[in-house]
Amino acid sequence: MSILLSDISKNFGTFAALNHINLDVPEGELVALLGPSGCGKTTLLRIIAGLEHTDKGRVIINGQDKTEQTVSQRGIGFVFQHYALFRHMTVFENVAFGLRVKPRKDRPSNDVIAKKVHSLLELVQLDWLHNRYPDQLSGGQRQRIALARALAVEPSVLLLDEPFGALDASVRKDLRQWLRNLHHELHVTSIFVTHDQEEAMEVASRVVVLNHGQIEQQGSPSDIYDHPANAFVSKFIGQTNIFDLDEHDNDWLQTAGLLQPSQQGKIAHVRPHDIIIKKTDNHHTAPATLKDWQHLGALIRIELVKNESNGSDAPVFAEMPNDQFKQLELTKGDKVKLKIRQAHWFH
Amino acid sequence: MHTAAQPLNKDKVVTQQHALQDPIWVRWGLIAIAISFISLFICVPLGLVIFQAFSKGLQAYWSALSNTDTLSAIKLTLLVAVITVPLNTLFGVVSAWAITRFEFKGKSFLTTLIDIPFSVSPVISGFIFVLLFGAEGWFGKILVEHDIKIIFAAPGIILATLFITFPFVARQLIPLMQEMGNQEEEAALSLGASGWKTFFSVTLPNIKWALLYGVLLCNARAMGEFGAVSVVSGHIRGMTNTLPLHVEVSYNDYDVVSAFASASILAALAIVTLILKTALEWKQANR
Ligand SMILES: Nc1ncnc2c1ncn2[C@@H]1O[C@H](COP(=O)(O)OP(=O)(O)O)[C@@H](O)[C@H]1O
Ligand SMILES: [Mg+2]
Repeated sequence: MSILLSDISKNFGTFAALNHINLDVPEGELVALLGPSGCGKTTLLRIIAGLEHTDKGRVIINGQDKTEQTVSQRGIGFVFQHYALFRHMTVFENVAFGLRVKPRKDRPSNDVIAKKVHSLLELVQLDWLHNRYPDQLSGGQRQRIALARALAVEPSVLLLDEPFGALDASVRKDLRQWLRNLHHELHVTSIFVTHDQEEAMEVASRVVVLNHGQIEQQGSPSDIYDHPANAFVSKFIGQTNIFDLDEHDNDWLQTAGLLQPSQQGKIAHVRPHDIIIKKTDNHHTAPATLKDWQHLGALIRIELVKNESNGSDAPVFAEMPNDQFKQLELTKGDKVKLKIRQAHWFH
Repeated sequence: MHTAAQPLNKDKVVTQQHALQDPIWVRWGLIAIAISFISLFICVPLGLVIFQAFSKGLQAYWSALSNTDTLSAIKLTLLVAVITVPLNTLFGVVSAWAITRFEFKGKSFLTTLIDIPFSVSPVISGFIFVLLFGAEGWFGKILVEHDIKIIFAAPGIILATLFITFPFVARQLIPLMQEMGNQEEEAALSLGASGWKTFFSVTLPNIKWALLYGVLLCNARAMGEFGAVSVVSGHIRGMTNTLPLHVEVSYNDYDVVSAFASASILAALAIVTLILKTALEWKQANR
């Protein structure tokens, strides 16, 4: 079911945690809410769930205004950042909880509950743990149980607050893919909160970038990566080299014939893979020197220093595929020529 | 900083272990002091209570306990506990809930207020009730007009005990509930549970051992309170004496067997409390 947020604002005392948020999540979509820590992601999610009141604005789910409803009336699945499993109940009872607390006339029989719980546990591939208590599970298992518990009541929408935030890198990677597949299977409208841009891009079909309680940009992952709306988004999504043509980098860039100031702004953001490097023997005109490089799996990240002494001394990073880098036969200290394929300009 | 910079060699570790191990005579000396202190101040008095209670034989002990004044003291003590313990359990849960789950002005003030019975002398606490409800007190006139007796009667004793024992449950629950946070309760609500359902099926199971522990301490104090109760009771034999007061009255009347027989009941209560308390602590640690 669709989620529509219209003009949501929230203050904590004098601190504005959310500022005029407008967001439309169409039915069946999986949207990532991405932003740095403290930008208001959890607050927004809690407002949608009804765990927190808005100061202003409406929460509309499937065309119905839910702003005044309590959390238990809204029928929203919420997966908490720290799982919040009921510690004194077994895995089975945790998942069954939402069914057992239904009003008597809607409550399924014990047989139906058992069947449903086991099928959900199979869905999250943890049926063999149904007799365990939460403190006997690993973090990844707890998170999946929390998800099964939220799904048991067939929520109209599913909200996940940094679901993989507390897990180690390899488990996270697996669970991302798994969550994506699960969403393909269930098609429940979901909002997924994360501060990790890679995670957002990998899991969601649409990404909403939040900063200081405001939406900076929303769109598909490729939209946001290729056409960042502002400097914040460009910096936050992926790595970027920043050149300020009004200040120290001006001379270096122009001498090297790399960039001319643009109508669109004075600050250029250049993705590492948009910098092409070539070895050169002409020591006088070479704009940069290769300082070091790091292996990032299939890619190599190359650290360059500028040769122009009056430029800023921030290193410039370039990236290229492994085999391409081998063909260049570069070593530390080599002088290199650069070509910048494209830049994003901001004021 | 200093130690972190030092290399961690084997010799160092060994000498540190030696440094922690005092010589045998020091260890045994300290243990002996601890044991003799406990024996002198706990075991000897306890033994004496039992010895004196049975000094005239089992028959005398039994008749001391079954005399009407003693029985009425036991009854009053039980009545006080039966009324105050449930009320203060309820109060403790409600105030712990309010303090740990809501944000409101004057929250820290309320937390301080809860501790007042611990910081005020029980005699003063009793006195406050005399000042309020005694014949010369603020409400004295109205009470006399309506022929209601509070001071020198059971209601005064119950009020004083309520006041004295109200921190026990709240004090046990507040730190626990603060540490647990309210995420489990929020999860229950988001799954459609009502407030009551959430309390009984999520909150209560999580706090039950701490709650029982608080109730146990509250009960022990409600039955054993002397100071505050002594001020408001008036020591009327067979009427307003609780067990602790009965012990004092009998002793002052040179009725040693009766005094120590009653004391033996209180001692037994203390021992049972201690055993249950240890069991609950063990339960809490092995949750
Ligand atoms: N109950 C609260 N009282 C006061 N400030 C709060 C409260 N909850 C959140 N905040 C503040 O609101 C901001 C946004 O918080 P949050 O939504 O948790 O951020 P995120 O989840 O994006 O890290 C933070 O600066 C936080 O300190
Ligand atoms: Mg958060």
